[in-house]
Amino acid sequence: MIVAAGPVIPNFGSGSSCEVNNGWFCTEWVRQHWSDTLQPALFQHIELAGIAIAVGFVIAFALALAGFRYRLVDPPIGIVSDFLYTIPSLALFQILVPFTGITLLTVEIALVSYTLLILYRNMIEGLRAVPEEIVDAARGSGFTRAQTFTRVELPLALPAILTGLRVATVSTISIATIAPFVIAKGLGQPIYAALSQDIFKTEIFTAGGMVIALALVADGLLVLLQRGLTPWVRA
Amino acid sequence: MNTFVDSFRFMADNPHLLLVKTGEHLELSGAALGIGLLLALPVGLWLGHLHRGLFLAASVSNVGRALPSLVLIAFGLTILGVGFWNNTAALVVLAIPPILTNAYFAIDSCDRDVVEAARGMGMTGRQVLLQVELPLGLPFVLAGIRIAAIFVIATATIAAVAGGGGLGQIIVNQASYGLGGVVAASLWVSALAFLAAMILSLVRRAASPSPTPVP
Repeated sequence: MIVAAGPVIPNFGSGSSCEVNNGWFCTEWVRQHWSDTLQPALFQHIELAGIAIAVGFVIAFALALAGFRYRLVDPPIGIVSDFLYTIPSLALFQILVPFTGITLLTVEIALVSYTLLILYRNMIEGLRAVPEEIVDAARGSGFTRAQTFTRVELPLALPAILTGLRVATVSTISIATIAPFVIAKGLGQPIYAALSQDIFKTEIFTAGGMVIALALVADGLLVLLQRGLTPWVRA
Repeated sequence: MNTFVDSFRFMADNPHLLLVKTGEHLELSGAALGIGLLLALPVGLWLGHLHRGLFLAASVSNVGRALPSLVLIAFGLTILGVGFWNNTAALVVLAIPPILTNAYFAIDSCDRDVVEAARGMGMTGRQVLLQVELPLGLPFVLAGIRIAAIFVIATATIAAVAGGGGLGQIIVNQASYGLGGVVAASLWVSALAFLAAMILSLVRRAASPSPTPVP
């Protein structure tokens, strides 16, 4: 049932008694395997999620510009992104494999798909919530359409856009954990390996805790960014 | 493209297997969603009614999003051992945040004037909640349940690595079923999730108050 063990094989038998008995948490194992297993997995995880969030943000922004300017394209974009959001992640990976193979691309396409709904919705709703009077006032005082957008509408929509970015970032870090079903990368890899090695508890708790911590730290950093960029919003 | 031909051939050849696995999948997802509803819905509704616990409602959804499904399943497996309940427990933990948070905000954001009017007519707290606030907030409550259902069906697929049944069992076992079988089960489970989301969207639409013509 459980296949594809990674390079990380907990050393049952020759380690400390805690490792041999698969104790609840062996600090020694974590210390020994931090640099060869945990740290690389952490960096890979940041890379996996970072690419997906950046690409997703750019695509969602382009779509939001289109959906905001031309109301006709908003419903189809909404329906497609909602449809992508309902596909179970593991299934989406496998459906993509015949097209893009066992590659990073497969994982990224899936991760990007899941960011679109959240980012697009927040962007478009943030832009639409800008009061018409303010836009009219800007136009009346001689702003071009482009200037109105970049100097009035976009800044006013920024809080909603950044909220969407927070939600998308946390979810992407979380979903990236199942990347090892396609490629052996990220913090899901040690978890997956531990599951196939008679459920080695220390590795599961450490890597699992690291994913959750990474998501919470990223969220905290984005809150700080939000406060810096939109100081007029009281959190 | 051949893989897709194979996958449809797999569906045609193994309808019984797919139906059995779909049944298991629905059983696991349904149990988790049911328990999640029982635990989260009353708490969310009641806190929203009291306008208390904003911090709890907000942080539950923040923390809930940060919990990766594979991590929850691995933790469940470590603590509860292999079986139906480790997966159910992991899925329940995933189902609670969207249900609780949406229920809270649905009730909390009801028009205060309407609630005051209901109270003024002599309704008790329970009557206000069940006859005024709940009907008004129902679309948003249902939106939370819809998200929870999507999460649960998706994660029930991953539960296969922890001995859970369901369509995920075919997806993670390419050695036995071949890529055609894997893709077939993936398409099947996607259709299942889409169907569930669609049904809940329709229920939500039916529950949304239609604009009543003013006489």
